Amino acid sequence: MSGPMNLFGVAQRGMSAQLVRMNAAASNLANAGSVSGTEQGAYKPIRAVFSEDLDRASGLSTVAVSGVMREKAAAVRQHNPDHPLADENGDVWSAPVDENAEMVEMLEASRQYQNMVEALSTAKNLMLETMRMK
Amino acid sequence: MPQDLFGIHGKALELRSQRMGVIASNIANAGTPGYKARDIDFTAAIKAADAGAGTDQAARSSTLYRVPVMPSLDGNTVELQNEQLSFSENAVGYSTTLEFIRSRVDTVKRALRVD
Repeated sequence: MSGPMNLFGVAQRGMSAQLVRMNAAASNLANAGSVSGTEQGAYKPIRAVFSEDLDRASGLSTVAVSGVMREKAAAVRQHNPDHPLADENGDVWSAPVDENAEMVEMLEASRQYQNMVEALSTAKNLMLETMRMK
Repeated sequence: MPQDLFGIHGKALELRSQRMGVIASNIANAGTPGYKARDIDFTAAIKAADAGAGTDQAARSSTLYRVPVMPSLDGNTVELQNEQLSFSENAVGYSTTLEFIRSRVDTVKRALRVD
């Protein structure tokens, strides 16, 4: 962003960060239950990592998504010899996705998105009131 | 001089606007690990501004870190309920200050108007 950060920039980037987080949770949910023939090939949940981004000129700090990383959780081994992907031991490896945790993550992201919208609309109304002053 | 026309309210409005930005930053960073919530001590800031400091300088010198009621494990000290409360308190203060400025403008306009 060029020039000093303003309130709209803070809110916009905060909302974008929450959206990235929500997309990561949605990807995890979509891949829940997917299996693979090898331990390395199993889907690993992804997680957005946030960091603070301070704009020294204006004293405002916004959110930066410093990366979308894979979780270190180990794939779950399931013994299922009939599965077409099963290895020589008759095992398949399923994605270690905790659906409940992902739902909570989504809920939290949407709540924080709403908070940002609420704060932005209050600030916007006050700015408009200042502009319209007769 | 606009400062003289509006008295302390011009500075107060600027400080309120800066504080709104700081609290919005806190709300935006509610999920950032290690983020330390900040706030402007409005009373101290308005005192400094009244004593002749610029509003930027006054805001900077009275910006403090918030002490969390219950620190969280990831080092983030944002507590949303407190931030929302501060935000709405600040918004009410902003409206009040704006109302003072508005009435001052009305007074001057009435004085200027030729009936």
